[in-house]
Amino acid sequence: MAVKTQKKATSIDMTAMCDVAFLLLTFFILTATAKVPEAMPVDMPASTVQSKLPENNLATLTIGKGKVFFDLKGKEVRIKTLELMAQKYGVEFTEDDKKEFSIMEGFGVPIQNLKQIIEMKSAERSKAGQPGVPKDSIDNQLKEWIYNARIANAEINDKELEFAIKGDAKEEYPSIRKVMDILQDQKINSFSLVTGLRGKNF
Amino acid sequence: MAELNTGDGGGGKDKKVRSKKQNSKVDLTAMVDLAFLLITFFMLTTTLSKPKAMELGLPDKEDDKTKEKPIKVDENRTMTILLGKDNKLVRYVGLLATPVAGGAPKEFTYGKEGIRKELLKVKKDVLAYSTAKGKPKNGMIVIIKPSKKSNYRNLVDILDEMGIVDVPTYAIVNEFTPEETKLLEGK
Repeated sequence: MAVKTQKKATSIDMTAMCDVAFLLLTFFILTATAKVPEAMPVDMPASTVQSKLPENNLATLTIGKGKVFFDLKGKEVRIKTLELMAQKYGVEFTEDDKKEFSIMEGFGVPIQNLKQIIEMKSAERSKAGQPGVPKDSIDNQLKEWIYNARIANAEINDKELEFAIKGDAKEEYPSIRKVMDILQDQKINSFSLVTGLRGKNF
Repeated sequence: MAELNTGDGGGGKDKKVRSKKQNSKVDLTAMVDLAFLLITFFMLTTTLSKPKAMELGLPDKEDDKTKEKPIKVDENRTMTILLGKDNKLVRYVGLLATPVAGGAPKEFTYGKEGIRKELLKVKKDVLAYSTAKGKPKNGMIVIIKPSKKSNYRNLVDILDEMGIVDVPTYAIVNEFTPEETKLLEGK
């Protein structure tokens, strides 16, 4: 008898533990957001800062190879921004286009060619060789995108839009400065630089 | 591990029932192991892959250049860092024409052994200097001048150093004097 009771004690009922573990696992998988493929992958420089990038209310300007790509968080804000831009440049977008634009990744084309990019499949977009959003003084569409995104965000989220610059590590300083200047022209003096993580012992 | 509770039964008639009970219980240990492994994996990968954001505040830009007021600072407290091409940087302390003792233009490398040591040294010196003048709150001032040939990594690296060394005041200045350009080209 005594031997038998000892045997009983060594085995634990795992059912409840298994339930909890899988519940947590399901929770984590469902809440994790799928990573949107980037239109232009960049090699970010690393830094020791710990603060994280905000999840919403953010516009990201990706700079690499002299080109600038524009990305915006939030579906409604994106649709509103696109509407404002379409109005400004006199380009027509259908409802389907707007819907697709609200979930696509960042883009880097003049607005006149944006419709073609929207109609492509996700895999094709990265191969399309997008030339970047025009940012020179003759046709400064980047400025307009920034301006209209701020208006759209103020209307929908009732907050000031935040900006992040995501530059390629090898990008030369003048092209970064050019984008900073465009931001500063609109009195945006505070923005984030997106960096990777570096060890503490650096 | 996987012991099954088989209560001591009685007669031979019960034997069939007992074997059925045994089959109904499955050992879940391995399954739980796997589940927790996956949880750990998902938790770690979701938090680690998030990019970090370095806050950067720039001063107001005045469109009208004539309205800009030059800000006068004590040259004994300022260190100027010129970022050149090919990951080179030159620093001087004080004015370029009349640098303070030991602050003549000199080339440094990025990182722990290079500019960080120098920044910490100058920071200490400046603090001693300010304390001697009776204003221990006046820390060092760093002026960062990225040249056209420097790249984005250099800028982020040097801004990161500012954070590590905890420099109270620093600014990014884009104007180069001809002497400074010469200094970078000569190196």
